[in-house]
Amino acid sequence: MSLEDPSRPELDIGETAEGVDYDALEALLGDHVVGRERHRNAEAFVVRPDEVQDALFLLRDEAGFDHCSCVTAQEYEDRYESIYHLRKYDDPTQEVGVVVPTATDDPVSESAEPVYRTADWHEREAYDLVGVDYDDHPQMERILLPETWQGHPLSLDYDQEQPQVVTFSEHANPLNEDQRAEADSDTMFVNIGPHHPATHGVLHLKTTLDGEQVADVESDIGYLHRCEEQICQNGTYRHQIMPYPDRWDYISAGILNEWAYARAAEDMADIDVPEYAQVIRTMSAELCRIASHMLALGTFALDVYGDFTAIFMYATRDREVVQNILEDLTGQRLMFNYLRLGGVAWDLPEPREEFFESIHDFLEDLPEKLEEYHDLVTSNEIFQMRCVDTGVLEPEIAKSYGATGPVARGSGIDYDLRRDDPYGYYDELDWDVITEEGCDNYARVLVRLQEVEESAKIIEQCVDLLAEWPEEDRTIQSNVPRTLKPDPDTEIYRSVEGAKGELGIYMRSDGTEKPARFKIRSPCFSNLQTLPEMSQGEYIPDLIASLGSLDIVLGEVDR
Amino acid sequence: MSSDNTQSTQEGRMGEGVDARFNSKLREAFGSSPFILTKFDQFMNWVRGSSMFMLQFGIACCSIEMMHTYAVKHDLDRFGAGVPRASPRQADVIIVPGTIVSKFAPRMKRIYDQMPEPKFVVGMGSCTISGGPFQEGYNVIKGAEEVIPVDIHVPGCPPRPEALVYGIAKLQERVANGETSPVTVKPYELEQFSDLDDDELVQHLADRIDEEELVMRYDWAESPVEP
Repeated sequence: MSLEDPSRPELDIGETAEGVDYDALEALLGDHVVGRERHRNAEAFVVRPDEVQDALFLLRDEAGFDHCSCVTAQEYEDRYESIYHLRKYDDPTQEVGVVVPTATDDPVSESAEPVYRTADWHEREAYDLVGVDYDDHPQMERILLPETWQGHPLSLDYDQEQPQVVTFSEHANPLNEDQRAEADSDTMFVNIGPHHPATHGVLHLKTTLDGEQVADVESDIGYLHRCEEQICQNGTYRHQIMPYPDRWDYISAGILNEWAYARAAEDMADIDVPEYAQVIRTMSAELCRIASHMLALGTFALDVYGDFTAIFMYATRDREVVQNILEDLTGQRLMFNYLRLGGVAWDLPEPREEFFESIHDFLEDLPEKLEEYHDLVTSNEIFQMRCVDTGVLEPEIAKSYGATGPVARGSGIDYDLRRDDPYGYYDELDWDVITEEGCDNYARVLVRLQEVEESAKIIEQCVDLLAEWPEEDRTIQSNVPRTLKPDPDTEIYRSVEGAKGELGIYMRSDGTEKPARFKIRSPCFSNLQTLPEMSQGEYIPDLIASLGSLDIVLGEVDR
Repeated sequence: MSSDNTQSTQEGRMGEGVDARFNSKLREAFGSSPFILTKFDQFMNWVRGSSMFMLQFGIACCSIEMMHTYAVKHDLDRFGAGVPRASPRQADVIIVPGTIVSKFAPRMKRIYDQMPEPKFVVGMGSCTISGGPFQEGYNVIKGAEEVIPVDIHVPGCPPRPEALVYGIAKLQERVANGETSPVTVKPYELEQFSDLDDDELVQHLADRIDEEELVMRYDWAESPVEP
């Protein structure tokens, strides 16, 4: 089988053939550990707030946990808590949590930013929404909400009714005395966005230019912060949360997102999913991936060529086909709300032959269309001049920023949760993980185009399986209680391979039918952090191309 | 008019009457008296509705469906309303496609202000009507009408491209009839800081903000729809 992890020669500390040996890790951390917790996905060590960096350095350098996938902050009645979810790029099933409790009256803990660059934004978000303060952080200020916001909305005593005042100061005239440059400097400050055709939504880039070159770029996000976490915390596990994942990554990647929630909740409450439903999930998720990558290609061409040219129109044309198939299946073009805990909402549409036929037609036409894209895009000389060797992201830097998905795979990082942390039906099927060594904008486009081919392979196998599936065995949902109340203090972090990368959910239950904390680990949030690394010193058109090749979607960045 | 198809271009130009290439069915219908008598205003409104420049403006999920409305298959341009303009100064119509949050509302207001008169607004999706599925969020504006006046609301989450096309067609109808929504805006306040109620919060912020500063104030408790 092609999915087997190539065996690595030497084992890290705390690594055994079966997985992670937490006792060995505890021995490694020694006095830093003041307690131990058992989360559903992994065990976690409780660490004093002033020893965070030491503990994380040990785990990263000695035990090989090089991927800080998420930082979750939350407030309990008696304390604040930050949880660092660590795993390995080589084997993401090896996970460990680092829990840092801080006092309610003085919630200060040491920043993890020197260890993992990605912690920068994650900790700013924790400060913004929950109110934990991080010492030694390079820029401890709000990230999603406006600077003038009063209170931390996910803390326990937040008053949602209090009036708020938002100013225009972020839009101060850039030609006034510059915010960033010295008085005698010849740099220029330019706001790109939040309304700009190249920012893929409402992203605001504060760019400092030195002539044509980018001296500094800082992303200002939060223009689409729709309180997704709060809304999920106010919804019941069983029914009220599932519509929202569709709206995180709204580029037709709905089922991939729904799966992230479904996987976390199912593992939390020990719900089985019938095999038949898993095949349907796998098939529909890959259809979503194709639609998403098509739009990524179309809008990237829009950025590079600068107008609504043929490539954008072709990509939309092909998306329409996928959307029609998904509409037949789910009843909606964009916000599918098709997955349920323990299965899917309903069976394939009747007549089944017709439905399979429409997928077959799509798959049959796809190679020719991809050929066309390669003619139009990847083998176009102008396109190559714009993309080859621009926006270079070295693999080590990508890892420190927690980059995942096509962005990581375009930098040669062989990391795909569908294979490395199998779920659904992926490990039964024959397909490959695509990586490119180019590390540039071009490599990322190539990865996406080839992933479309791989997704098509998966869909084809799923369709064959579904067509043959015995009629009496078509269970679409397992038996799930009407009201789900997981055991109190169950904590879980689970992720799936979304269209943009590792999409993870952290949930903590308090014994009620609603999660006490719901945290979304968005791949775009981490990927967007790499933008300054890719574009500093480059020309400004390359900045635009790099941003396009990251394929961010602001609904998921801001949540 | 001449219906001789074999007429050469040169003959068409040199010969009598009007070149057949410039004729249309409409022109044919007018027969020998090719004149319309109308009010100038009415004519202008008709022209305005038949050639609208949209602002290329994407916010959230609905913008994906909006792109599909512009692109092949649905092709909004068929109705004379499909050329997206990147600059608000070149646009007549702004489609508001998505959830508006506190940080974005002042920016959207500014973009709206930058558009030249006469300007029209189409609110796309439930979020621009009431906040939609995110209405209970602490950061979500309960509808676009809190910020700018809206001519046409297209409900849905997201609306199908057909629905948006219908909304645009309705807008064109309204424009052709000379109807627009009034440009009074409430309960949105955009004014000098000193004009706000002098409460504790304002006092607190007054130390930090220039008095000339433009601000946007959100009274969540007074939002039109209680969660």
